[in-house]
Amino acid sequence: MNVPSNLKYSGDHEWVKVENDIVTLGITDFAQSELGDIIFIEFPEVGDSFEKGDAFGTVEAVKTVADLFTPVSGEILEINPELEDHPENVNTDPYGKGWIIKLNMRDTSDLDDMMDGDAYKGFIS
Amino acid sequence: MQFIPITPEIENEMLRQMGIPSIEDILNIIPEPIRLKHEMGIGEGLSEFDLWTESKKRSLTNVHASEGMLFMGGGAYDHYIPAVVDFISGRSEFYTAYTPYQAEVSQGTLQVMYEFQSMICELSGMEVANASLFDGASAVAEACSMALSATGKKIVALSGLLHPSTIEVVKTYLQNRNVEIINLPVDHGKTDITSIADNVDDVACVVIQSPNYYGVIEDWTAVSTALGDKKGLLIAVSNPLDMVMLKSPGDCGAHIYVGEGQSLGNPLSYGGPYLGLMATRMNLVRKMPGRISGKTTDVDGKEGFVLTFQTREQHIRRENATSNICTNQGLMALRATIYLTLMGKENIKSLMKLCFNKAHYLADQIIKIPGFQIPFGKQFIKEFAVTTPVSARDIVDTAEKEEIFFSIAEGDQTDRLILLAVTEKRSKKEMDTLIQFLRKQSVR
Repeated sequence: MNVPSNLKYSGDHEWVKVENDIVTLGITDFAQSELGDIIFIEFPEVGDSFEKGDAFGTVEAVKTVADLFTPVSGEILEINPELEDHPENVNTDPYGKGWIIKLNMRDTSDLDDMMDGDAYKGFIS
Repeated sequence: MQFIPITPEIENEMLRQMGIPSIEDILNIIPEPIRLKHEMGIGEGLSEFDLWTESKKRSLTNVHASEGMLFMGGGAYDHYIPAVVDFISGRSEFYTAYTPYQAEVSQGTLQVMYEFQSMICELSGMEVANASLFDGASAVAEACSMALSATGKKIVALSGLLHPSTIEVVKTYLQNRNVEIINLPVDHGKTDITSIADNVDDVACVVIQSPNYYGVIEDWTAVSTALGDKKGLLIAVSNPLDMVMLKSPGDCGAHIYVGEGQSLGNPLSYGGPYLGLMATRMNLVRKMPGRISGKTTDVDGKEGFVLTFQTREQHIRRENATSNICTNQGLMALRATIYLTLMGKENIKSLMKLCFNKAHYLADQIIKIPGFQIPFGKQFIKEFAVTTPVSARDIVDTAEKEEIFFSIAEGDQTDRLILLAVTEKRSKKEMDTLIQFLRKQSVR
């Protein structure tokens, strides 16, 4: 299972990458392999605001639908437009082309509750 | 399907194998207060012959729609059903009340659904239709659920001139959903939409039926304009045949079209089974309940049809679903498809012009009868309201004895309003009989 060490992880199997105060968020390699073939992502709208722990969208796979949670509070800056036509990118490249949203992080201390790569590896093993 | 009863011996053997002493031990999870503790009071059983005789006797007290002069409307209409509809829908390849799942469904059934969806899109001016819902009223309620889910808003605004039963069904569907229902007031037989502006930021949808319960044509475009670029959706409710006489919901800016499809080749049948129609825009397709038949190509590149969305709500989305509908009203949709295919674009227009001309002839004659009025003007297609000089209830009851059938307007406190619907089946002679009848009431 691919768990890059430069990312932070949540117990809901989301990853975040932090650049300045901008957070890029996706679901982990473990999450995509549990869900199976992903056929649709329901996105929030740019400008929508979410609190830490809120469901901001859903990911629909062939056999199930799961909520997407944000581990940090903030405002949606961008959604990944390529996923509208190619949701399978989440399966093939969960940490790259499969990113889901970018948001404007309100409070950097939200990251303190998240796991690093090693902790997440332990969490899913 | 056969009903195969079990003997006491088989029952005992089944209980023995399950290790349960008696049937009572299976039923005892049902709470005591709601259990029936006495006999049903339905009397002793009858022999087959006695049952047949009793049923026949009772059925003869009914008056069949074709025996009287039927000017009833209010959502169910007595249009002629060509024999071809019964013949083709009755073929063994098609005929079943059961709606098949993906693994069982035939290409022919899927193609019918695909054609059905295409025709509903064409009639409504929308981009995508589902393969039908249970009936018109529940389709309106499903459309409201769609709008609530799509917008995240909590207010549903209903025209006071939706069919009264539709309003009841919507209220029932939404009663436990933390949703506020606003009733748009009625002014001179039309929905007063000025109050939409008060809630325009918070409204999930505005639901407008046209022609409305009184038969009057409403202005969907004005509602669309009032909603502007806010999130709230316009849900346009209409009879599919009436739509050929109107600017389509799609052209008026509606986001969802819903309607009752009984008029399309399905019998009145004492109120059901009927046919719910629903169509929407592509950006809302994932919020639309029900199933969709899609056209595709197989591994050999041959054209084929497949259920594209059917399993989502029940099997995949589960508690995230916006609806629990994942089937369709297959047999009624089949009849509608055959009816529409047989009629074609031009004949449907001719049919509705005929209904329009007849209804307007009748209205023109009724205006001449002292005491009777057409209170909401002539902006109607085949159905209109008439004010009466005496009790509307009395007039309806008296007419019934002469086998002339029409309705009072539900919810009218004055008891002076009746509704008349005129399909192509009503002859001039029947209309003149009705006029004679009403004339007698005015001088009574």
